[in-house]
Amino acid sequence: MAHIDENPLGPHLPLDPLPGHSSLGRLERVLRRGEFAVTTELNPPDSANPEDVYERAAVFDGWVDGINAVDASGANCHMSSVGICALLTRMGYAPIMQIACRDKNRIAIQGDVLGGAAMGVCNIMCLTGDGVQAGDQPGAKPVFDLDCMSLLETVRIMRDNSKFLSGRKLTTPPKVFLGAAINPFAPPYDFRPYRLAKKIEAGAQFVQSQYCFDVPMFREYMKKVRDLGLNEKCYILVGVGPMASAKTAKWIRSNVPGIHIPDSVIARLEGAQDQKKEGKQLCIDIINEVKEIEGVSGIHVMAYRQEEYVAEIVHDSGVLKGRQPWKREPNPVDQLVAERIERTRQGVEQNQQQMAETAAHHPH
Amino acid sequence: MADAVQKPGNAAPAKKAATGAFTPAGVSPSRRARHKYTVRLWAVRHSRFFEWFYHRFAQGFLLLHPVWKLLGYQRVERPITFVERHVKGFLFDCRMCGQCALSSTGMSCPMNCPKQLRNGPCGGVRANGNCEVEPDMPCVWVQAWKGSQNMAKGDAIMNVQKPVNQSLRETSSWLRVTAEAAAAREAAAAGKDA
Repeated sequence: MAHIDENPLGPHLPLDPLPGHSSLGRLERVLRRGEFAVTTELNPPDSANPEDVYERAAVFDGWVDGINAVDASGANCHMSSVGICALLTRMGYAPIMQIACRDKNRIAIQGDVLGGAAMGVCNIMCLTGDGVQAGDQPGAKPVFDLDCMSLLETVRIMRDNSKFLSGRKLTTPPKVFLGAAINPFAPPYDFRPYRLAKKIEAGAQFVQSQYCFDVPMFREYMKKVRDLGLNEKCYILVGVGPMASAKTAKWIRSNVPGIHIPDSVIARLEGAQDQKKEGKQLCIDIINEVKEIEGVSGIHVMAYRQEEYVAEIVHDSGVLKGRQPWKREPNPVDQLVAERIERTRQGVEQNQQQMAETAAHHPH
Repeated sequence: MADAVQKPGNAAPAKKAATGAFTPAGVSPSRRARHKYTVRLWAVRHSRFFEWFYHRFAQGFLLLHPVWKLLGYQRVERPITFVERHVKGFLFDCRMCGQCALSSTGMSCPMNCPKQLRNGPCGGVRANGNCEVEPDMPCVWVQAWKGSQNMAKGDAIMNVQKPVNQSLRETSSWLRVTAEAAAAREAAAAGKDA
């Protein structure tokens, strides 16, 4: 039987646009169908070897609906998100391209949005980004020309109005599904739901949350979100992940900004025989709790340096309910590339004079 | 690379480092002129008063529109900018972005945020309500939220702000607001006559 997210004429063909969808991607299809979505994060390599990216992406095969290509997370230098997306789309993965405002101004960002969409990126995640102080190059110039909100609005304007921020026209707008980040676990707590409302107003269609370790606190947040009716306007994916040990958890709590880990979690990890196993179990328990909360549309599994556990966590928590996410997403330009390669292989010679002649008579 | 030796000053990172807490490198994108935030925090606590005062002040400035026009907006730009920089610099640690958003941010200047966020707090705010980047500074947006609660039109914090127009830096936002209000008033009057 053909997969539900497959072109009926053959799996090698790109998907047809669906009414009301803003992208051609599968993540949007899964969410709009009301299925529980699973996304994850690819640990970006510190190398120029494409194999590193492919190896790291292969462990997610068939377990996730989208892979976040992080944009220098924590302000540490890694392979760029545009580069990772170029590699992933080439292999048929469905990346979520993250754009952080820390490193690029509005000129570079709008260019990257167009470039990403042209490569076949269907999901773009708009972030402010950590401060440069947090990373390995604290002497860098922090750009922050846009903030996450104005970035969302910029991409939405590009997509819906076919215009740059300046008002200049685009001939083909980027068809992307827009994402943003939320952190319900940082002050000012009572402003956080309104901030989500602002993000939705600016253009967010799905959001991924920061690591959720404090379920009661998240429940409280979701209550307010439901009161404001925000869960109907936007898909909320809860950030979860395994902690390797109580020591790691403590280190993260005091060193990584914006991650709230209650004492009870650390106590539970400390009390366990096998802390790594307990960390994974804790993650599964949290997933089982949050998936029941009304308004939650999926999970975002962040297993930094434990990527091999993602499949296990997704399997053991049973959130996919037997559904198998699609593995290979055909790139719209695949056929063009194949034709080009075929012509090169056949050795069709180019007649430069003739080409110049044609160009002269058909000016753009 | 940043100096390995932490210098006291600005956010006193050395003291912070001694307690074992997370200390960012001793660099901040927004160097501060002062070491304390007393006046800035006082202004946020009295945001209701400043809102009222600014409303009156803007009306007064608009009444003076014929004067500015007579002298020429170009010519008064420099002295007014000088006054604005120092008055707002003292009260709000103003950074002269030239497009003041204080009325929509609870009288807490968003340009003091190391990420210059104009639409709300980032996800890195510490549990004690301080900044992720400068651990000793109260988060500009936690303050903004507090300030906006006191204000009559505090709901303006919900508006999505446009990106900063960098070409307006170091210009007077008082004069710009006045000129725009006067132009709008004249356009309305012209519409009525027609």
